[in-house]
This record gives sequence, structure tokens and C-alpha cells, in this order.
Amino acid sequence: MSFPLLTATAVLPAVGAIATAAVPAARRTAAKWLALLVSLATLALAITVLVRFDPDGARYQLTESHAWIADFGVRYELGVDGIGVALLALTALLIPFIILAGWHDADPLETGSRRWRPTQGFFALILAVEAMVIISFEATDVFLFYIFFEAMLIPMYFLIGGFGDRAHAGSDENAAAQRSYAAVKFLLYNLVGGLIMLAAVIGLYVVAGNFSLQEIAEARANGTLDMATNTERWLFLGFFFAFAVKAPLWPLHTWLPNAMGEATAPVAVLITAVVDKVGTFAMLRFCLQLFPEASKWATPAILVLALISIVYGALLAVGQRDIKRLVAYASISHFGFIIMGIFAMTSQGQSGATLYMVNHGISTAALMLVAGFLISRRGSRLIADYGGVQKVAPVLAGTFLIGGLATLSLPGLAPFVSEFLVLVGTFARYPVIGIIATFGIVLAALYTLVLYQRTMTGPVKPEVSAMPDLRMRELVVVAPLVVLLIFLGVYPKPVTDIVNPAVKSTMSDVHKKDPKPEVEAAK
Amino acid sequence: MENLIALLIAAPLLGAAVLLTGGRRLDAVGHWIGTLLAGASFVFGAILFADLLGKDAEHRTLTQHLWSWIPVEGFQADVTFRLDQLSMTFVLLITGVGSLIHLYSIGYMEHDERRRRFFGYLNLFLAAMLLLVLADNYLLLYVGWEGVGLASYLLIGFWQHKPSAATAAKKAFLVNRVGDMGLSIAIMLMFTTFGTFAFGPVLGSHEKPGLVTGASEATLTGIALMLLLAACGKSAQVPLQSWLGDAMEGPTPVSALIHAATMVTAGVYLIVRSANIFNLAPDAQLVVTVVGAVTLLFGAIVGCAKDDIKKALAGSTMSQIGYMVLAAGLGPIGYVFAIMHLVTHGFFKAGLFLGAGSVMHGMNDEVDMRKYGGLRKYMPVTFVTFGLGYLAIIGFPGLSGFFSKDKIIEAAFAKGGTEGWILGACALLGAAITAFYMTRVMLMTFFGEERWRRSETPSPAEPSVEPAAETHGEHAEPHPHESPRSMTIPMIVLAFGSVFAGGFFSIGDRFLHWLEPVTGHSHGDAPISAATVTAATVTVMVVGVTIAWLQYGRRPVPVVAPRGSLLTRAARRDLLQDDFNHVVLVRGGEHLTRSLVYVDHTLVDGVVNGTAASVGGLSGRMRKLQNGFARSYAVSMFGGAAILVAATLLMRAV
Repeated sequence: MSFPLLTATAVLPAVGAIATAAVPAARRTAAKWLALLVSLATLALAITVLVRFDPDGARYQLTESHAWIADFGVRYELGVDGIGVALLALTALLIPFIILAGWHDADPLETGSRRWRPTQGFFALILAVEAMVIISFEATDVFLFYIFFEAMLIPMYFLIGGFGDRAHAGSDENAAAQRSYAAVKFLLYNLVGGLIMLAAVIGLYVVAGNFSLQEIAEARANGTLDMATNTERWLFLGFFFAFAVKAPLWPLHTWLPNAMGEATAPVAVLITAVVDKVGTFAMLRFCLQLFPEASKWATPAILVLALISIVYGALLAVGQRDIKRLVAYASISHFGFIIMGIFAMTSQGQSGATLYMVNHGISTAALMLVAGFLISRRGSRLIADYGGVQKVAPVLAGTFLIGGLATLSLPGLAPFVSEFLVLVGTFARYPVIGIIATFGIVLAALYTLVLYQRTMTGPVKPEVSAMPDLRMRELVVVAPLVVLLIFLGVYPKPVTDIVNPAVKSTMSDVHKKDPKPEVEAAK
Repeated sequence: MENLIALLIAAPLLGAAVLLTGGRRLDAVGHWIGTLLAGASFVFGAILFADLLGKDAEHRTLTQHLWSWIPVEGFQADVTFRLDQLSMTFVLLITGVGSLIHLYSIGYMEHDERRRRFFGYLNLFLAAMLLLVLADNYLLLYVGWEGVGLASYLLIGFWQHKPSAATAAKKAFLVNRVGDMGLSIAIMLMFTTFGTFAFGPVLGSHEKPGLVTGASEATLTGIALMLLLAACGKSAQVPLQSWLGDAMEGPTPVSALIHAATMVTAGVYLIVRSANIFNLAPDAQLVVTVVGAVTLLFGAIVGCAKDDIKKALAGSTMSQIGYMVLAAGLGPIGYVFAIMHLVTHGFFKAGLFLGAGSVMHGMNDEVDMRKYGGLRKYMPVTFVTFGLGYLAIIGFPGLSGFFSKDKIIEAAFAKGGTEGWILGACALLGAAITAFYMTRVMLMTFFGEERWRRSETPSPAEPSVEPAAETHGEHAEPHPHESPRSMTIPMIVLAFGSVFAGGFFSIGDRFLHWLEPVTGHSHGDAPISAATVTAATVTVMVVGVTIAWLQYGRRPVPVVAPRGSLLTRAARRDLLQDDFNHVVLVRGGEHLTRSLVYVDHTLVDGVVNGTAASVGGLSGRMRKLQNGFARSYAVSMFGGAAILVAATLLMRAV
């Protein structure tokens, strides 16, 4: 038996989480270093997976399969396709940056406050989330996926509720109340989604008799497993609802601004760049493969919701006064693009959507982490409390601008490639929706540049006049992300090469072919 | 030889990277690094130009493929460059004028502590602009297109501590983004129509058009109009013109390079490059000519009313690009002349802006022409070079602008029919107004009383001047002086171009023969002879100059602007376009987003929460139990799993 590489990518951070939690309370710094090293080792494993993965090989690779709960056909089955491998790599890549950026976020509060912050717990929880997210990207057994899809809510709940952003306008009690509200809201929304999915998971078992994604998908494709139209639709909706809460899709999005606003910036990145990706990933993997006909049936409605997300999220971002909530609404707009790309049912749309997940992860991390550095300096999340920062902290302002330009999908930076692919892929089948979605690029420029203008330019506000520029630790966080944004904007081929074959398989799962160019079709 | 093409872009790109990440260490030499790399790019351009000249006209296209950029099933975008006569013309203009303006900026920005960064941005601009004109497909062009937009944004807002500069920068980017929507949609349409957006397959050559011939006219009209929208944004054409005046917040070399000579002409490049699409979409061409004609009058009228020397020149830029767009809309009759005017305009407008910068440099950064006057004695070099640029732009016989503008007016008449008459008349009227406003600028700046002295000794008869004098008392009183050599040399070189370029291009139709293989050319069907048009052009020019002289030369210029007629007041406010934008877009947008924030908070959140009200109530009770959510959640998970097991067992049993 070969080395279970995929299991290792999840077990390593899981064990690391336990070990970090077990570090004695006094050795806070040691716990941080341990967590960082574990996350780097996980990244090394993820890179190994990436290297070992052959884009032109079998659809699922590095597979592992063991009987688990034999009576109910639940198996421990792992395997990655190109899409999974890309997101696995993204997750493993971002966690070290998240840990490093949050280095002091869980330090004990200043004397005078009775609240105690378990530093070890903070980093252990991040690693726990990493482990669960990774296994969600790898699981090819529906039940196994479901367990971790749900279980990751627990560490996330504590990360949001237990380690809030210290920059808060209200009193301590007020802050605690809002944080608790955000955490509970996060949990309830996702819990409801999860419970509905659970019903659908049971239903799927009733119909198919097992939980194996590959077996069911194959049986669906060659016609040996028939589902009644209505059954398929109900099951699809059950799965989709859970994923749409997590992604999140309008109108199920309102938990995200609360959660991202109240959490510390690194945790906000964890939510939007890592955890939420499981939702869009699962749409592509489970909804389309298990329920191809129902997916096509629901496409028009989903596209409209995605379009609303794009425009609505962007407009709401324009209206925000809180930096982190602004980024949250921008993410809602971006998730709209991702979902639109998935359900456009074209190769360009789906490759673009996958690429979008990766690029959005990197660009949001860059923008949000720098925003976090900014906020920690001034102790306020309100845009109006800033002004003229670029004069006193030019490097901070510069990286913030690059993060912002990535968020508005400036050509030359990575998100442009994915956004354009999504747009062109959607336009090819649904021209009107594609055209309306391009309004998103104007609105994105609006909210990003207004944010930059109000915080970074103009006369220097007295409160920011002594603000230090980025420190070495912060530069180490930001610089690689900036380099990646430029590199993947100029040369995205390494990612598209991995993703393309997987998208091709998905397209054939749903029995869809790309529309032919008009000129060619006319011949 | 084609391997040199990438170096054209690489040199300034390297400069930008080094200067923007190099840190303070490079402060002392940064401007020289930037200038040298710009110059290197010009040298590469000159070598390539010599190489092209050595080939026969039909084989003057070089391509260089670098790497596969976005390969996705059914979708292919490459990083490939194309150098032909059209892009070569731009390369020489961009790197030539660009290098001169780098040189000029060494002196102009001498006292700015962020000079290194300024040169980094300038180099970034050069790289992006070269990418724009060298790209071999529309998507790569888009990268250059937004790249110059970014550089423009950074440079307009270079003095970010001024809120007006930051606002102007944002406005420029946003208005351009509206144009970018057009470019996006055009590329998407090309993709769905042709399956590609590379120049070669889509456009073909002017003798043998590519895939465009297979598309319906409706589709081509759609693509063309979307390209026009993009061009309107970048080239400040009506209705997306509002950003250019505000863009004058940027340092003057930026106004000269980006907002006069090169970037703002990118829209004309886009249209001429896409000639084969426009040729098959006559309705779209008509719209292009209308946009050009409207803008050339719009800009000229605005130019007449501005007291800010740079804003007057900005109005003029808008107007001159209107001429180019008009010519480009005429099809093969006008393409060559659009580009020819673009090049001569690059010389004289860059020269005029540098002259304005030189004046400001000597006048404590004062931009109000009402506070200039009589400066010719103090700044002889600036006066002469600016004067030559002035004569060029108004189309004084023999100078550059005369040749290029005259050709466009002829071409407009040659369009034929009623259209031809209307367009020709607009172009002629524009020429008269151009002569008027440029004479006004010239007279107010270099002739007449030395009005800047008045602020020192306010006469008691004019108490209204006193407050102004007081506010200016804080500054040192202006001591107009000639600018340093690094600034005057570029002005002199550009003045040479302003004088001789047009004649050089026109003798033996050199420019026509050079560009024709790319764009094609036809003579059209002129209802009146070329000589008549030339005579008319010169006549209206003289009329314009005379009226301006009567108003501003013979009579003293008041320091405080008179109230003016309704039209003057509207023109001062950019013909109320900004007021419209403010009321409709800014105010309306604010209301919209504000109400949406409310709706999101109450309605959307409320409804979704309400649907889950029972769960919410449950949560309240759970919190009272003080056992934390983990435990209750674990219970619910366990319950869920139990249900699952039960259900499966049940199904088995059945």
C-alpha cells in the first residue's frame, strides 16, 4: 500500500492542532511557532500532491478507499481531481499567511481587562479548520464530506465568537454582544443549511444505496441509476441550499458581513477565502455530478440569484462605512461571479470559476490582511477615521492599493483572468446576463477606489500621523501574495492546465457542449 | 529582429519595477534610471523602424510570440506582439515624446521629495502604453488599456494629499471603467462570433479581411459600437469626456504625455486598428463621426471659457481628438489622416503643455491666465516654443497642424452627401473656434499688461482685488524666469516637430504611403476642391484670431473674470456635464446605496431570520442553558447522525 498522501495532508494539521493546544499556557510563543511550522509542513505536503498530480491522468488521483461503516455503505474515500487539487493548494498556501498575520491577535489583552485569550486555542482552531477544509476538498464519499462540511462550523464558531476584532466602536460589553451575535448567526445559518443537506444526503442514500460520489455519478451518467425528476430536484435543492448558505449566495448572505466584521482580519480571511470556497467547490463537484439534470433545470434561477449577488453585493459595498464589512460585501459580489461561472455551463465559465476561487482567495487575503494591519494600528474599523495614510505609511498604502486593484480585477493581476473567463463563458450562453454582470466591474472600481481615497489620500489625520509603516512580519505576509497576484495574472497556465481536464469531465457529466462561434456555426 | 519588440516594453517595465520597489537608496539616481530606460526603449524603437524601412511595404509586419497566456478549452489568449506600420508610428511617438518628457520632468519635479516614484509611474505608463499598441489580440490590448489607466490614475493623483487630486484620479478611473465595459463586451462578442479575438484571424488585412466578412452586419455594428464606447472613455469623447478636465490636477508633464500626446489618443488607435470591423458597419461609423464632430465643438467651446491654462488646453485636447475620431469614422478616407493628426498633435500639444508647465514653474504654480500677462519678455524660450505650438495648432499655413487638420476637413467633405457637408462644416467651425481660444491663451499669457504685478500693489480703485492679494501675500511674489535647460530642450525639440512634422509627412504623401498598407486608403468623393477647403480653413482661422485679438489683445484683460453670458458660464462649468453627473449619478447613487444598506439590514436579513425564527428562539433558550454552543451543536450533530442511521436501517428493513 502506498503512502496515504491525501490523508496525511489532513491529519498533519489535525495533529498539529492538538499539539498546539497542548502547549503549556506560559509558552505562548512556542505554540505560535509550532502552528506556523505545521502549516508550512502541510503546505509542503500539498505541494507534493500538486507535483504528483498528473493533469492528463485519471480523473481522481491519489485515491484512498477503506470500508468505514460497512452497514450503511459509508466509506472513507479520498481522491482529488484538478479542481480539488487547486483548492487544496490554495488552502495550504493561505494558512501560514493567516497564522503569521494573526501572530498577535490572540495575545492576552492589556492589564485591566479580565478577559483572557487562550493563544494556543486560537492557533489550534485555525489548524483544525484547515484539516477539515482539506478533507472536504478530498472526500469522494458524500457522507464523509458531509461530516467535515458540518464539523468545520465548530472551530469557526469559536474563532469568530471567542477572538473578536479589538477595534470596536462600542464598549467592551457591546462588542462582546455583537461578536456573539455574529458567531451565533454564522452558526445558525450554516446549521440550517447543513440540516437540510442532511435530509438530502439521507434521501440520496435511499435512492442510490451508497454514498460513493464516483459510483453514483457513473451510474447516473450511464443510465443505470434513474432518479425520478422530482426526486432529483428535491435532492439537488437540499445540497444546493447548504452550499448557497456557505458560499454565500443572495439572499442567504447576511451572516457574512457580521462574521467578517466581528472576527479578526485573519479569521475573516479564513472565512471568505478558505471556508466559503467549500461551498462553491461543492456545487461544482456534488450538485453538477450527482444531479446533472436538476442542475440544468435550476440554472436560470441560480444565474439570476448570482447576478443579483454580483450587483447587490457591489452596491452594498459602496454603501459601507466599515472597512471589513466593505470587503465582505465585495466578496459576496465575487461569489456571485463564481456561482455564475459554474452554472453558465461552459468550459470558460467553469474553468474561470475555479480559477476565480483561487484568485479570490489570494486577492482577498492580500486586501483583508493589509486592512487588518491598518485597523490594528488605529484601533478603528471605520473608514471615516482614516485619511492621508499613504503619506505616513507608503508601503502599507501601496500594498493596500494592489490588494484593491486585484479586487477590482485589474488586467495584469490574477483576478482579471478568472473574471473575464467567467464573463465570457456566461456571455456565450446568456448574453444579457453576461452584459449586466459587466456592470460589476464598474462598481468594483467604485467601492475599491472610494475606500482607497478616503483612507489613504488627502490631508493626514492627526490620529494617523504617527502610524508606523509595515513591519517585517507584515511584509513577509503581504509580499508573497502580491507576487502571486502578479505572477498568476501574467502566467495563469500552471493553474489552468490542472483545472481544464477536470472541467472537461464536469462538462460531460452534465451533457453540455460549448456553444459554437457564430461564424463557424453559419458554415 | 522581432525579438527586440519585447525589449521595447521590458525596458520601461524594468524601470518601473526597480524604481517602485527600490526604496530611498535610489532617490538620488532614480530619475536618471527612468529617463535612460525610456531612452533605451526609444533606441530599440528606432532600430526596429530602420529595419521596417529596409523591407518593402507589404512585409513590414513583425510578430513575436512569447507565451500562451490563458489557455482554456475553446479559448486561447496569447502574449504575442505585432509590430506593423501603425504600431511603429505609435512606438516612435510614445517613446520619443515620452523620453523628452522624462527629461523635462527631471527639472520640473526637482523639488518633489517623491520624484523617484514619479519616474516609476512614468515608466509604468510607457510600458503599458507600448503594450497597448503592440498587442496582437484584443485581450492583451486590454491589459495595456487598463495599465495606462492605472498609470494615469496614479499620476493624476500624484499629489494625493490634495483631495481634489485624489478625487480627479478616482473619477478618471471610474469613467474609464465605463468605457472598459464596452471593451469587455466587444471582446466577448468577438469570442462568441469568431471564436477568437486575435487581430490576425479576426481582422485580416485591409485587402483581404479576415473572419469579419462572415459575421452579420448587426453583430459587427454591436462590436464596433462597444469599441467606440471604450474609445470614448479613454479618449475623453462625449459622453465620457468629463474626466479629462479634472485630470489636469496631475503634474504638468503628465498632462503633456498622458493626457495630451499619447494615452488619450488610444481610442483613435483602437478604432483605426479595428478598421475592418468598422468598414463593414456603416451605422457604427456614422456614430463615430457624430461623436467626433460633437466632441470637437464641445471641447473647443469649453476651451474658450477656461481661465486655467491647463484646463483650456485640456478642452483643446478633447477637441483635437474629436477631429481624429471624426476622421477615423470616415473610414478609409480618413484613417491615415486621423493618425497623422494624432502624431502632429502629439508634438504640438505636448509642446504647449510643457510650455504651460514652464510658465507655471516660473509663476509659483499659478494656473490662472488672468494672473499672467506680458510674460514673453521673461521667458523667451518658452514664449517662442509655445508660440510655434500655437501657430501649429491653429493651422497656420506651413506648420504641422495646417497639413494634418486641413486633410481631415477635406476628408470630412469628401464623405459626400449631406453628411459630408454637415461634418465638414463642423470641422471648419471647430477650426475657427480653435484659432479663437488658442489666441486667447497666447494673448492672456504672453502679451498685455503684467497682471501678476497687480497683486503686489493693489490699486485702491479696485477693492475687489484685495482679498485675492492678501491670500497671495503668503506666497512669495512671482518672479517669472526662464526654466532650466533640461526643461527647455524638450520644448525646443517638440517645437521643431510642431513646425516641420506636418510638412515632412505631406511632401510626396510620405505618411500616406507608409500607413496605407495597414489601413487602406480611398479618396472619397469631394464636392469641393482641396484648394477651396484650404482657403476656407485659412479664412476661418484668421477670423478666429481676429475676434480673439479684438477681445483680449486690444482691451485689457480683467483679473477677475466677468460674469459672462449664459453660454460662457455654462462652458466654464464644462457645459454643465458635471452638474448632470453629480445630480443623476452621484446623488442618485448615494440614495440607492444608502437605501440598499437599509433594505439589507432590515428586509433581507429580517425575512431570512424570520423564516428561521423558530431556530432563533431555540438559540435564545440554548444560550440560557449556559452550556455553550459546542455542546448543543454536538447534540444536534449526534441527533442528525442518529436520524441518518435510523433512516438507513429502516430502508434496509423495508
